[in-house]
Amino acid sequence: MDPATSSAILTVFFAMIGGAIRVSTPFLFVSLGECLTERSGRINLGLEGTLVLGAMTAYAISYQSGSPWLGVGAAGIAGLCLGALHATLCRLPKVNDIAVGIALMIFGTGLAFFFGKPYIQPTAPRLSSIPLGWWSDSPQVQSALQINPLFIVGIGLAVLLWWGFRNTRWGLIVRTTGDSEDTARALGIPVGLVRLAATAAGGFLAGVGGAFLSLYYPGSWNEGLSSGQGLMAVALVIFARWNPVRCLYAALLFGAAGALGPSLQAVGITQGYYFFNAAPYILTLLLMIGSAGSKKALRDVPGELMVTR
Amino acid sequence: MSAGASPRPANAVPPRAIGLQVAHLSKSFGSLKALDDVSIEVPAGSFHALLGENGAGKSTLVKCIMGYHRPDKGQLLVDGRKVRIDNPREARAAGIGMVYQNFILVPSLTAAENLMIARGDGPAIINWGRERAQLAAFLDRMPFRVPLDTPVALMAAGEKQKLEILKQLYLDLRFLILDEPTSVLTPGEADEILGLVRELTTRGEITVLMITHKFREVQAFADSVTVLRRGRFAGSGRASELSVEAMVKLMIGDTPLQARSARLDHSDMPVAFEIAGVSADNSDGSSAIEAIDLKLHAGEIVGIAGVSGNGQSALVEVLTGQRPLRAGRLLAQGQDYLPTRAAMARHRIFGLPEEPLKNATVAKMSVAENIALRTFDKPPIAALKWWLRPGPLRRQARELIARYRIKTPSTETPVANLSGGNVQRTVLARELSGDVGVLIVANPCAGLDFASVAEIRAQIMDQRNRGAAVLLVSEDLDEILELADRVAVMSGGRITYVAQLAETDRATIGNYMAGHTH
Repeated sequence: MDPATSSAILTVFFAMIGGAIRVSTPFLFVSLGECLTERSGRINLGLEGTLVLGAMTAYAISYQSGSPWLGVGAAGIAGLCLGALHATLCRLPKVNDIAVGIALMIFGTGLAFFFGKPYIQPTAPRLSSIPLGWWSDSPQVQSALQINPLFIVGIGLAVLLWWGFRNTRWGLIVRTTGDSEDTARALGIPVGLVRLAATAAGGFLAGVGGAFLSLYYPGSWNEGLSSGQGLMAVALVIFARWNPVRCLYAALLFGAAGALGPSLQAVGITQGYYFFNAAPYILTLLLMIGSAGSKKALRDVPGELMVTR
Repeated sequence: MSAGASPRPANAVPPRAIGLQVAHLSKSFGSLKALDDVSIEVPAGSFHALLGENGAGKSTLVKCIMGYHRPDKGQLLVDGRKVRIDNPREARAAGIGMVYQNFILVPSLTAAENLMIARGDGPAIINWGRERAQLAAFLDRMPFRVPLDTPVALMAAGEKQKLEILKQLYLDLRFLILDEPTSVLTPGEADEILGLVRELTTRGEITVLMITHKFREVQAFADSVTVLRRGRFAGSGRASELSVEAMVKLMIGDTPLQARSARLDHSDMPVAFEIAGVSADNSDGSSAIEAIDLKLHAGEIVGIAGVSGNGQSALVEVLTGQRPLRAGRLLAQGQDYLPTRAAMARHRIFGLPEEPLKNATVAKMSVAENIALRTFDKPPIAALKWWLRPGPLRRQARELIARYRIKTPSTETPVANLSGGNVQRTVLARELSGDVGVLIVANPCAGLDFASVAEIRAQIMDQRNRGAAVLLVSEDLDEILELADRVAVMSGGRITYVAQLAETDRATIGNYMAGHTH
């Protein structure tokens, strides 16, 4: 192998690691939020809309206030409101959570486009990153290890959720609600309230994921920002079989797949550029086919998650 | 009185049972008097049985005790003190707990997690090390135990039942209402659990009120018994002093029962239906039934006994075409048989699946349409092979409604509006009114009252006498002992035992049902 080829492979490799870290964060936040919501027995398909609204809110608030972290908080609160709206609508009799989710997906995106028009041009202060690649001389390693604090928060959150589902009263209550509504009611658990809290918290996380999109990577606000990442994250929860730590792995995998196209282009491989850019979508399809129908996945489905209810 | 009860520290003195008195309770739903001036006294530490047919008011009574219904009149006394119970939480605070037929357990949680969640006042962050030590200390005082780390979904029914009872004790509930606690257990498991409950009552730790319809259990375990009929107190007494005949008489009053048709003696009849090496899977890929071999002769009832969940429903679903085969074949009159509409008609194969409203009718269609589900595509109902003629359809319905005494306001009433017994009669009318070659029956009498049960069993026996091959899958062993010529036992998805009924007995069948093979 000649040195040029091996250095190109190395470049692609580091770009994919960097990509996994950079691109995965919104996936991670949305899928953790969805994981929490689904564990309580509801599907919130509206997280795509929440992600976009979060991105817009974060950018707008960061621009207006000059503090990107204030933007992150505002994005979370916007997401929390959308999540609470979803849960409230679903508590009405004969309301289907999937239909409400689709409506809120469109509502959230529409709201973001409506209020986001004036913020497409200006530049807002962005989130800074922590250079964890200081120990290496290689610029590739250094650039791959520019890590955003939100990514670290996300990892911590995944582990915390995983631990919390087993070791806290709240975790047990959420799992009970998601597994058997009748049992939960018999135990005196306020099912509607638990789902409201879980869906609102899920929305908060998705909103924060949106803030990452507009304030760090790609780092600007425009209408094509999300390109369906919120929906893919929902699919990813099924692939991760409702386990927060597996959500983390899955998000990293999706992130790496998303970085494939740009990094190949960077080393001069332009053939099949669009094909490689579509890698995360193709991966979504393949994973859905491979895992959703698998019998193992069926066993881990929270009992209350039914499409027809 | 709204705080949840919390478990006592492990080293405390075992708490004492509480007594309950129900005084002149009445409850109406609209014009229906569900309970009419019912009084029961259950002293602390006793084991009281509550008998009655469906609709006799047993569940209304316990729901009033548990606070699901508010009685119109009458009162409850706990240990002699008047109490007011407006919701299940208050019942729990008063020390009253109930074990339901469908367990209140979370399938994906382990036993330990289920106990923890049931407490309701557990710590926000669970220190499993300390909690497990406390659970172990609690279990040490109990006469039985369950595996703490197994998810409930993987437990056998008997273990779930034990866990439910342990949960009540863990919550410090000292008056337990058991709703048909043995309906999903093997005879062995049932005796074990009721024996343990009995032991707890004699130790003075709990008081038990058990809803049941099994006279044997009343006589073997209960101290005293109360019988309800049509919402009223029909009689009571010490269990040891009441004979089964006396209890039956109290339960059914003087309703005349349809006499059971005599059993004709058939011999050397041909094989009408054969199940050859059939295996099938559950939707999660695990094996449901494995290598089932069974021959049904014309004019014979083969009873399939077994505790529910040992593959019987899968077998019925395979035979009725609701579940695909993994291996094996089905043969009707020696020919390969696939459960298609054409093949069913050709071989005259009919069925009475369990839960008829769900499995054998289209709930929102009318009684007439449901009765015509087998015949709507044949003359005289179908003309020109495509036109459904309403006249003959309604005529057929009217005739069968009269013959099978289906109580329905009209032929056009949706079948879902009928009572359970009348839904089953509608299915009987459709399935049994023609010429029946093979009949596949699953739990035909589940949830029906005495009179309907006798009538449905007579119909099944009548089909046998007319030469039909009948496969009777039933969780009620008494039903099989009454009807079957031959009995097969299913356990763990296999047929583990086949015998002529004359050559076996309840204890042997019970042993095979429990999975013991000798």
